[in-house]
Amino acid sequence: MSTTLTVNGTPHDIDLPGEVPLLWVLRDALGMTGTKYGCGVAACGACTVHVNGTAVRSCQMALADVDGPVTTIEGLGTPDAMAAIQAAWVDHQVAQCGYCQSGQIMQAAALLADNPAPSDDDIDMAMQGNLCRCGTYPRIRAAIHTAAAKMKEA
Amino acid sequence: MSRIGKIARRTFLIGSAAVVGGVAFGAYYIGRPAPNPLKPEPGQAVPNPFVVIDQDGVTLVAPRAEMGQGVQTTWAAMIAEELDVDLGQVRVIHGPAAAAYYNTAMMGGLLPGKEYEMTAFQHGIADVLGKVGKVLGAQITGGSTSMADGFPRMCAAGASARETLKEAAAQRLGIDRSRLTTRDGKVIAPGNVELRYEDLAADAAKLSPVTDVALRDPSQWRYLGKSVPRVDMAAKATGTAEFGIDVRLPGMKFAALKANPARAGMAGFDASDALRMPGVEQVVDLGDAFAVVATNTWLALQAAEAVKPDWDAAAYPADTDAILARMARAFDGSPDSTMRDDGDVATLPAGATEVTADYTVPYLAHATMEPMNATALLKDGKLDIWCGNQAPILVQDHCAAAAGVAKEDVEVHTTFLGGGFGRRGDFDYAVYAAKLARAMDGTPVQLTWSREEDMTHDFYRPAALARMKGAVKDGKVVMLDGRIASQSAIRQYMTRMGLSPVGPDKVMVEGAFNQPYGIPNYRIRGYVSDLALPVGSWRSVGNSHNGFFHECFVDELAHAAGADPLQMRYDLIRDIHAPSAGTLAAVREMSGWTGKTPDGIGRGVAFCYSFGTPVATVIEVRNEDGAIRIAKAWIACDAGLALDPSIIEAQMTGALVYGLSAACFGEITFSDGAAEQQNFYDYDALRIHNCPEMEVRVLETNPYLGGAGEPGTPGSMPALANAIFDLTGTRPRKLPLMHDFDLLV
Repeated sequence: MSTTLTVNGTPHDIDLPGEVPLLWVLRDALGMTGTKYGCGVAACGACTVHVNGTAVRSCQMALADVDGPVTTIEGLGTPDAMAAIQAAWVDHQVAQCGYCQSGQIMQAAALLADNPAPSDDDIDMAMQGNLCRCGTYPRIRAAIHTAAAKMKEA
Repeated sequence: MSRIGKIARRTFLIGSAAVVGGVAFGAYYIGRPAPNPLKPEPGQAVPNPFVVIDQDGVTLVAPRAEMGQGVQTTWAAMIAEELDVDLGQVRVIHGPAAAAYYNTAMMGGLLPGKEYEMTAFQHGIADVLGKVGKVLGAQITGGSTSMADGFPRMCAAGASARETLKEAAAQRLGIDRSRLTTRDGKVIAPGNVELRYEDLAADAAKLSPVTDVALRDPSQWRYLGKSVPRVDMAAKATGTAEFGIDVRLPGMKFAALKANPARAGMAGFDASDALRMPGVEQVVDLGDAFAVVATNTWLALQAAEAVKPDWDAAAYPADTDAILARMARAFDGSPDSTMRDDGDVATLPAGATEVTADYTVPYLAHATMEPMNATALLKDGKLDIWCGNQAPILVQDHCAAAAGVAKEDVEVHTTFLGGGFGRRGDFDYAVYAAKLARAMDGTPVQLTWSREEDMTHDFYRPAALARMKGAVKDGKVVMLDGRIASQSAIRQYMTRMGLSPVGPDKVMVEGAFNQPYGIPNYRIRGYVSDLALPVGSWRSVGNSHNGFFHECFVDELAHAAGADPLQMRYDLIRDIHAPSAGTLAAVREMSGWTGKTPDGIGRGVAFCYSFGTPVATVIEVRNEDGAIRIAKAWIACDAGLALDPSIIEAQMTGALVYGLSAACFGEITFSDGAAEQQNFYDYDALRIHNCPEMEVRVLETNPYLGGAGEPGTPGSMPALANAIFDLTGTRPRKLPLMHDFDLLV
């Protein structure tokens, strides 16, 4: 059965069973590897993408249940044209190994879309599902505050 | 050579294997440069194994695994500093597996004795011994050695490349090289004539590289000693950094691995149900594991669950209690090592008060964010393998054997590592992929481990037990006698490498025997258990358990002596090793330590000297509606010259969080020989809401370069335990803390 999936504005015909999680459609069928596999059970947040603008764990969303356009880290910005949140990540030199950061950034982008000036408690609430084994949390927090300030100016 | 020969006759683990290799090959072999593995193409200049220049630009080879510790940035900065290129304008790659990229610092760290006591002469011996790493093909990223290894060698590589390019320009312009300067990737000649490095590459390639170039004075540095933007940051902020799991090749298949959870063999399997599932192409026998090959990873993971394997039983006791009971039996035998034996611990000094305590810490998983994986293609008798790894030559050797090809026919492509922490110093994930590629000749295949497979098939940080005895008198520590039982992670690792470990295991007692405390009667003995449970190097290795044992017990001694635990440590260390005492003084000042805390707040301190770097840590915990919050942490470290302060700070805080996560929640337990924890829901870590605020001070008084990636971990667990004692009055003597304390989760 073929499904049409719109990712970062581009429609794709996907010929896979409807129960295949969005994560693996992105990574293995479309070759969009910026979205990461970390746990497969929504316990780490590495696979976070936006569906209809909402942050979701793509490892838990079946292809058949995707009911709107998908935005991944590749659609947020590129090395030559970064989104404000990505530029803040660079300003604060957040990443260490970097593996969880796509998911962190997608979660943070969704937070800022909902709440342009999050408090530390807001950040705690929104980001605690995103695990980082390198322990980059303080710089993540600082980068979110910086991005919020930059986006307010813009 | 006579000095090395003398050391070689004293057997000690790894050091002896290295020296025996070195002696066998002789000084000439050790001193001879390894061949440059980079074969220049037409028009490409490769003046040394670390610099490639062609029409497209400058590429720097930083052949150490980038697993988050920033090694590629600082190694590239060392080259760029002398080469006069803009760090933002060059490409930085891992490069191939090659002897030229051996680690010069790792073997030296395994000399016997306490590193803080080493003289300049002994550091010289360590340098010579380090060169033996080349003979063993030790292209290893580990032991927090990358800075001591790379500096100033990489500066010299950059300087040599620069002078070679200038020589090419000098010959073209017909003027002397001394009249030329360099800037921003260009040679500048009098009259503002500029020649781009790219345009000189073809000529430079014809020259013998210029060597013996004097290095610049640090006062001229533009990159080193400063926090520079990491070369991998933009890629990691945009999802474009390629990890092993992101490798995509034309026609590639996706496979899932399942190996025996009891870490033994496989009698057979029934794959008939799995083979009927959509997208599944084949199920391949890999000896003690099988791989399901499918059109995508998820289908392969699902089908792997449908295979019915017939696993052999574990070669170690079936459950945790029996495993720890077996480990405790090691205390009944003779010690494997007595690395410190000062004064007399057999007699309790007159008038002294004896203090005893036993401690237990569990097995731990590395739990890197990127699960183990590797991608392989065997075609026309040649194997290509892609993976994040900490030891490319080991990957090359062992994959060659697995795929049935010669070592020279294996090309290792090292990607970014989605975390290492020691796990990717092993190479099992690559060997399984090589075996699978052999069964799929001509077809590329990516073999991914599920999180559950990763968690249950780790080379764990071994559990460890301590029996501590000490004595205090007149407010002072007069005796410390520690016995530590565990498995030998290093001996197991060396055996997997194909080496034959001999001699006592220094690593198992590091963090206990080699601490710069002036305690008059002071002994540390190690007892190695013969358990066959798979174990390996986990961030800070032996220090990860011994830091806890030693520093919790020193705290108990301070309490018994009625002394302030920070001041007592400072007094014991001050006359032995000044940089170490300096870290304690720094955290005292940073935290405003008074030795007193109000109700509802607890503070603990710990110190550990590891990997050449002393680190002092103070942690503050707070009672928050009945739950314990880790509120603040202050860290002071002294790794000597700080080549990149921002990266050092990040490593110190990251290592602290890694250790605190383990102290709070980390444990692997066993049932029927299998690890019980499966995923992050039962092997959790600190997250943003329960991570403490952290402040780091990077001191630079240490005359020798120390490590940065690991030394922040050992002090984290005891500082937390000591803070919890201060808060609750209960001594934590067993990890993880979640079983006995109500932690904020």
